Amino acid sequence: MTRERALNALLLLGVPLFALWAVVVEQPFMITLATKVAILALAGTGLNLALGHGGLVSLGHAAFFGIGGYAMGILASHAQSYTPLLDGALTIPGTTFMPIIWLVAMLASGLAALAIGALSLRTSGVYFIMITLAFGQMFYYFAISWPAYGGEDGLSIYVRNRFPGMNTLDPIQFFAIAWTWLVVVLLFSASLARSPFGLALNAARQSPLRARTVGIRVYRLQLTVFVLSGMITGLAGALYADLNRFVSPSMLSWQTSGEIMVFVILGGVARWCGPLAGALLFILLEQVLGPISEFWHVFLGIILLLIVLFAPGGVLGLVAGRERVRV
Amino acid sequence: MSNALIAEQVLNGLQSGVVLFLMAAGLTLVFGVMGLINLAHGSLFMVGAFAAAATAAATGSFLLGLVAALAAAAAAGALMEVVILRRLYQRDHLDQVLATFALILVFSEGVRWTFGSFPLFLDVPEALSGTLVLPGGIAYSRYRLTLIAIGLLVALGLYLLVAHTRLGVRVRAGEDDREMIAALGVNIDRLYTAVFAIGAALAGLAGALVGAIQSVQVGMGEPVLILAFVVIVIGGIGSIRGAFIGALLVGLTDTLGRLFLPELFALFMDGPAAASAGSALASMSIYLLMVAVLVVRPSGLFGSRT
Amino acid sequence: MSDPTLLQGEPPVLATDRLCKRFDALQASRDVSLQLRRGEIHALIGPNGAGKSTLIAQVAGSLRPDSGRVLLQGQDVTALDTAERARRGLARTFQVSALALEDTVLQNTVLGVLGARGRPLRLFGDALRDAEARERAEQALARVGLHGSQQLRAAELSHGGRRQLEIAVALAVQPKAFLMDEPMAGLGASGSKDLTGVLDGLRAEAPILLVEHDMDAVFALADRVSVLVYGRLIATGSVAEIRADEAVRRAYLGDDAAEPGPPRAPDPARVAALDVDRPPS
Repeated sequence: MTRERALNALLLLGVPLFALWAVVVEQPFMITLATKVAILALAGTGLNLALGHGGLVSLGHAAFFGIGGYAMGILASHAQSYTPLLDGALTIPGTTFMPIIWLVAMLASGLAALAIGALSLRTSGVYFIMITLAFGQMFYYFAISWPAYGGEDGLSIYVRNRFPGMNTLDPIQFFAIAWTWLVVVLLFSASLARSPFGLALNAARQSPLRARTVGIRVYRLQLTVFVLSGMITGLAGALYADLNRFVSPSMLSWQTSGEIMVFVILGGVARWCGPLAGALLFILLEQVLGPISEFWHVFLGIILLLIVLFAPGGVLGLVAGRERVRV
Repeated sequence: MSNALIAEQVLNGLQSGVVLFLMAAGLTLVFGVMGLINLAHGSLFMVGAFAAAATAAATGSFLLGLVAALAAAAAAGALMEVVILRRLYQRDHLDQVLATFALILVFSEGVRWTFGSFPLFLDVPEALSGTLVLPGGIAYSRYRLTLIAIGLLVALGLYLLVAHTRLGVRVRAGEDDREMIAALGVNIDRLYTAVFAIGAALAGLAGALVGAIQSVQVGMGEPVLILAFVVIVIGGIGSIRGAFIGALLVGLTDTLGRLFLPELFALFMDGPAAASAGSALASMSIYLLMVAVLVVRPSGLFGSRT
Repeated sequence: MSDPTLLQGEPPVLATDRLCKRFDALQASRDVSLQLRRGEIHALIGPNGAGKSTLIAQVAGSLRPDSGRVLLQGQDVTALDTAERARRGLARTFQVSALALEDTVLQNTVLGVLGARGRPLRLFGDALRDAEARERAEQALARVGLHGSQQLRAAELSHGGRRQLEIAVALAVQPKAFLMDEPMAGLGASGSKDLTGVLDGLRAEAPILLVEHDMDAVFALADRVSVLVYGRLIATGSVAEIRADEAVRRAYLGDDAAEPGPPRAPDPARVAALDVDRPPS
């Protein structure tokens, strides 16, 4: 378990140090990569709340990622074209102010998670997996067929959103914003795992029967964590769209849902820094294998298969041993 | 809106329903008997389509293409099952999801590596091209009618297989109690591989048949797979009858939704707004149907209580 | 096993009122009316397939009866689910342990305390540093003899240890009534003896409705015994009364508590010993 702590420290210090090094050697592309790692890790940490702690295999988390992204896209596009979202009894202008965008992204994805979760959590097992996948797909098709915001082609945003006191166009400053969010959420997830809520949720994951028998309202627990999970993934989506200055329906696709799950599993499910390790590994593989072969997904698939079959604890599990660390 | 248009869309709904049934039947069979959720089922659909297109292009025979599709998909399925899926039966669903997702990556990129990124084309055979005039004066694609017929025949065949053959008895017994049939001396490994191969062949057939209507390209299987999941959720896991009814429901809801919803919106909204709202809602109609069924019957129309 | 002092008119802590449950052709519960009184250990016995598990499930809330009621402290809880009944004071232990195996013994027990509180669970703060919860959990563990094993993972416990943990978790709930499904299952002679001692001491806190096959334990512990055969309660009374009851001897007790034989189709012509049904699916 000390090994896992050491690995966590390595990750948590290593990534920002790498970003700072990239500043020194003037490689903004590397900073952008680090930012991507941070944002994808954030999305994965969100998923891991539901998946690792709650035991809820949600294959539709891209819905929340995409909703967050579109929240950003819609608000920013209205701001950059100076047209309000709503112009009637109530005038709602667009905005490029990050805190508001984040708030809206989290609210929107939280609401979606509430609706999806309320329905899906009445089922379990394979039904749950299929239903969450189906809902993700529903949002995807909706985004494609709604022409107002680009439809299939997506929406480009020409401005980087604003954060008071910072130059968000500066790659390292944007990295700092993303990284701060990641750390905040990681701390939150650790605290949640230790809390009474976390204890009960974890027990319900292992034995829902046991939890119910002592009076735990399992449905309520699972719905709560599902909503929290959706909100965090939604925030990540807003940041991701901001980074790329582009949002498209592909953020809502089943491939994206699968990829987010891949980060979590690669790193090790329910490990505190699992999603971070997984996102890092994924980006590394993309950068290293990508140039070698445009079909590098085959290798990703094989690696994933090997991990599932022979190293179910993910990379952190392989290196740090089989125990879960109760942080 | 003319009756002819409605009738045509109903037939289209039946046709897509039949394709969904072919996919869903394999999926639900595998799940019912082996308890395995298989995301790579869409890859088998794709493999069938590519095998059919390649073979038809090489030999000029659509029929040979179909045969190739069945064989290739069944073989790919059997290989998948023996090498990888067999190790997953005892694992939890998350592991199954991840491993089969990994298989999607391998198959999709593998096919792209082999065939390139451009779509292949599968031509509708001469004998089935053109339209047939149905009672009522409606002209409908001969090929699509054949597709519907094939699908119904397969449904009948599956029903007979499951209800009246020894394999079917073993399948049904296996659904109820896996340990029991092992204890009774049935070779579980071969039964599972056989079930999986049958399901795979059905997916491959679906892919080949659809390949003549749409283009054959990488990634064509996954949207159909997800729809098949919706069908299974609506119909109930493990129930072939549920898969059949669910598939027809989904197919019809989708096509008729696209037809009627924009019209409905046009009643109280004007032109472009109605069209986009209507089509947006139509794209969601299947999922709304799923929601409606779930609210009333969480295990599906014909599913057994979990 | 003195007769518990029963205030006249005091409602039983737990009672069922004519529970009926049918599974297709099989009538698993026929008009079962049973009472658990304050301070008693009430054993429910019967051959395999008699419907004991079905009855327990209906009392616990995991199975809805077709008709009839379940009353906890005089209140009708038939419409309430398991979790709700647990919050009202019904604790259950399982024949096959249902524990959070990755968690420690302490965590499992604290879970019981948290669940029983009924309040929404806090998202912040450390569950194991909650003084009151911890103390209650540790007391429960001490009662069953697991205090020293707090930090062990439940998966590392022996079979006997897991049975003890089940009871500790039930204790942590501070229930008004215990529902125990074959707590002695799989225990050897010394394990049974230890557990018998623990259960004996529990009855003062809350009465126990006990399903058990281990006749030694039943005769040692029970204040009253009810006998369930083919879904019907055929006799209720003290241990001595039940042993003497003609109908019971015919249907069930015949010889000494023998191991149930291989499943045979019930033959009405045969009157002796154990008639074993197919268990309901």
